[in-house]
Formats: sequence, structure tokens, C-alpha cells
Amino acid sequence: MRPKVDCFIITFDTTSHAIAMEKYCKEHQIKGRLIPVPATISAGCGICWKMTEEDYMSNQSQIQKIDYKEIHYIKL
Amino acid sequence: MIYLDNSATTLWKPKEVSDEIINALKTLGNSDRGAHETTLMASRTIYNTREELARLFNIDNPLNIAFTSNATEALNIAIFGILNSGDHVITTVCEHNSVLRPLYQKEKENVEISFLPIDKLGNICYENLDEYYKPNTKAIIVTHASNVVGNVTDLKKISDFAKLHNLILIVDAAQTVGVLPIDVKELGIDVLCFSGHKGLLGPQGTGGIYVNPKVKIRPLKVGGSGIESYSKNQPLSMPTLLEAGTLNGHGIAGLYGALQYLKKQGIEKLHQSEMKLANMFYQGLKDVPNITFYGDYQAQNRVPIVSLNINNIDSQLVSDWLFEDYGICVRAGAHCAPLMHKALGTILQGVVRFSFSHSNTEQEVELAIKAVKELAKQNET
Repeated sequence: MRPKVDCFIITFDTTSHAIAMEKYCKEHQIKGRLIPVPATISAGCGICWKMTEEDYMSNQSQIQKIDYKEIHYIKL
Repeated sequence: MIYLDNSATTLWKPKEVSDEIINALKTLGNSDRGAHETTLMASRTIYNTREELARLFNIDNPLNIAFTSNATEALNIAIFGILNSGDHVITTVCEHNSVLRPLYQKEKENVEISFLPIDKLGNICYENLDEYYKPNTKAIIVTHASNVVGNVTDLKKISDFAKLHNLILIVDAAQTVGVLPIDVKELGIDVLCFSGHKGLLGPQGTGGIYVNPKVKIRPLKVGGSGIESYSKNQPLSMPTLLEAGTLNGHGIAGLYGALQYLKKQGIEKLHQSEMKLANMFYQGLKDVPNITFYGDYQAQNRVPIVSLNINNIDSQLVSDWLFEDYGICVRAGAHCAPLMHKALGTILQGVVRFSFSHSNTEQEVELAIKAVKELAKQNET
């Protein structure tokens, strides 16, 4: 079994919102990447932004400016 | 061949368009479907195009723009998605069938329609706007410029009227995007419907609709969205609400290329250059006795269309002579604008429409003037 690690997952209303997030993070040098939404968060398609705990904690205030749906702290 | 049918579609496209399309054909997956690199490449291309369009139209949030296959689809979304049984809508006789036919469909569902008339020069009569208002008036739908005569609508006047009565202002910008500056905030536009293949210089099969988030709109089609797959309903958030099914990623990439070109050149500069050619054509023919012009050629603000007839000769025949004898491509007939021709008195004859682009040359205009003069001479009586 692949070992699981703690991470932050940010979800969005639409895929376009997720792409806007990726662009925003790139412009602000915030690390992370787009991944398919895990079924434990929402079953059936969609993409979300995955970040390490460290990256999330150090960029929390900037992330709050983004139009996101939910933030989850899970093991993936 | 001399192509003077740019109001139908611009034939000349910048190199950026074909470069982007070819690159997209080789690299883009299906946008918004998963998170591997090729799908993300498609989503990023489409998002960047939304951003460019938002910049061009001064729209705050690019996600309030949905892509469509053309202006007609955008107008269908607007008309079917906003109007309900019992509503009244004001429009004009200048409208294209892309507005009229959806409205006639809605008329069968108990939507009332009022038409603003035009004057002899083809300008919309704004004087008695208030007389058209009813308590159940929900929206006003206008073309930004007539595709028959090239007159530009005074959107400020229409917008003031819409604001006064809290109406939704829906604008058909098929003839003006990429040609005239459009600022949705300044002009108070709630819904902007546009095509990508005319003044924007993008490929056919592209277009879009901007919807002010205050406006409640239903989708025209529902289906695959890449999100909320177990829901029975189309997701409610824009742009997904109006974008069921795979988008035309390759075409939208081409549109992105076109927008880069327009940004570099500046649409004001391009408009000036095409208006110079249209004016040159008009000036070269205005004194020929048996030619009738349609439109307001003294107006400051126009799109580069010059429409005319020679005597009472069928416009379709004239267009065919122009092509057969001179290799000049123009559009004759009704231009899908039946009420405009009724108002102009040209239902049977139609009009011959010459529509110019900044890609045309003065030499081409000179040849077109010469051709029309010769045909006018041959058909003096």
C-alpha cells in the first residue's frame, strides 16, 4: 500500500475556478498542484488544489483571497 | 479575388491564430476532464482566453464569460434562458434572425415583443422609448451595429432607458467585437453575445456570452460538465452552467491567438484603417446617379459596411456579376435581417453589402469602385 501523507485539499465550484487558482498560485509562488478530487471529499469528477501542510500554513492569508469552495485536511 | 464580405466572416486571420490552433491540435486534451497535463493544458488555454476577453470588454470576473459556438448560440442562450411566459421584451427592426427567430419561438410561449422602428437613414428611433415600456417589460435586446447598413446603435441611450426601468440589457455584438471598443460597465450591458470569427479574427465555431452575475439565466443545453457528475442537474456556477459538453478547445486556442494580435495592434487603429477603406469606397461612388445607398454615412461612429443598389436590379444578380466579372466577393439579398429590409423597402431587391477589413487594400477598393461604376453604367435604365 502506498504510504499516505497529510495534505490540504482546496475544492472549487467549477474547474475554471481551479484553473484560476493554479494561475494565482503560480503568480504568487505558492507551491501545490491540481489533482482529481478524491472520492472521500466528493464522488464524481472535478479537480482540486493539493498542498503540503507546510505550504498551506505559510500561504494561508493569500489563499483566503481566492474564490474556493472548501478546504480539507486529509491523508492522501 | 477581392474579399469584401468581412461582416459574414473575416477571411484574413493573423498568423497567431493558425499557430495556436496547430499547437493546440497537437497538445490539448479535453478541458476540465481530469487533472493530467493535457487536460490541464486545454483548461489553461481556455481560461487564458476568458481572461483576454474579460480585459477587452472590461469584465471583472472572466468566469462570467461562457464559450459558445457562435453569436447565434449565445443569443439563443440569452433569449431562452432569461425570458419567461408573460414577459414583455423590447427589440428593434434592425435585428438579425439570430435574435428574431428565438424571439418568435418565445412569442408562441406568451412572450410579448415590441419593435423599435428606424428612420430613413436606418437609425433606430430613440425618441419615444418610454412609450414602449410596460410593467411586464423584462429586457431590451439590441444589435450593437446593423449587419445590413453598418449604423451603430447608441447603446448609452438604450442603457440609460434600461437602467431607468430596471431592464436587462442584452446586446448582440456580432458586428462590433474587435471592431469597436466595448466596455460592459460603461455601457451598462448585462448580457453580451458575440462571435469569434468576425472582427475578433478568430476561427469559425467560436463565440461567447457574458452574463452579469445579477442576471438569472437557465442553460440551453445540459450534459457533461466534468464536475458534480452524480447530480441530476447542470451545475449552477458560471461558466459551467452554460458550457455543457466538450468545448471547442482548438478553436478557442485560435481565438486566443487572435486576441493577442488585436491587443498588439489595438482595435482603434484597426477600425480607423478599415473605416478609411469603407469611406474611400463610399466617396468614390456617392455621386453616381443610379446608385442608392442604405445607411447613415454622415455618422461619426460606423462599422465598415457600405450597402447599395444599382437602379432596381436584383442585388443577387449584381453580386454575381461582381464575382463573375471582377472576382469581388460581397453579400447580397436579405442578410438574415427581414424586418430591416421591410423598413428599408428592399424586401424584393435586397441590397448589395460591401464589408471591409483592415486587411483590405486601397488598390482593392479602387478596383471595387471601378467595377460598381461599370455595372452602374451598363444598367443606367
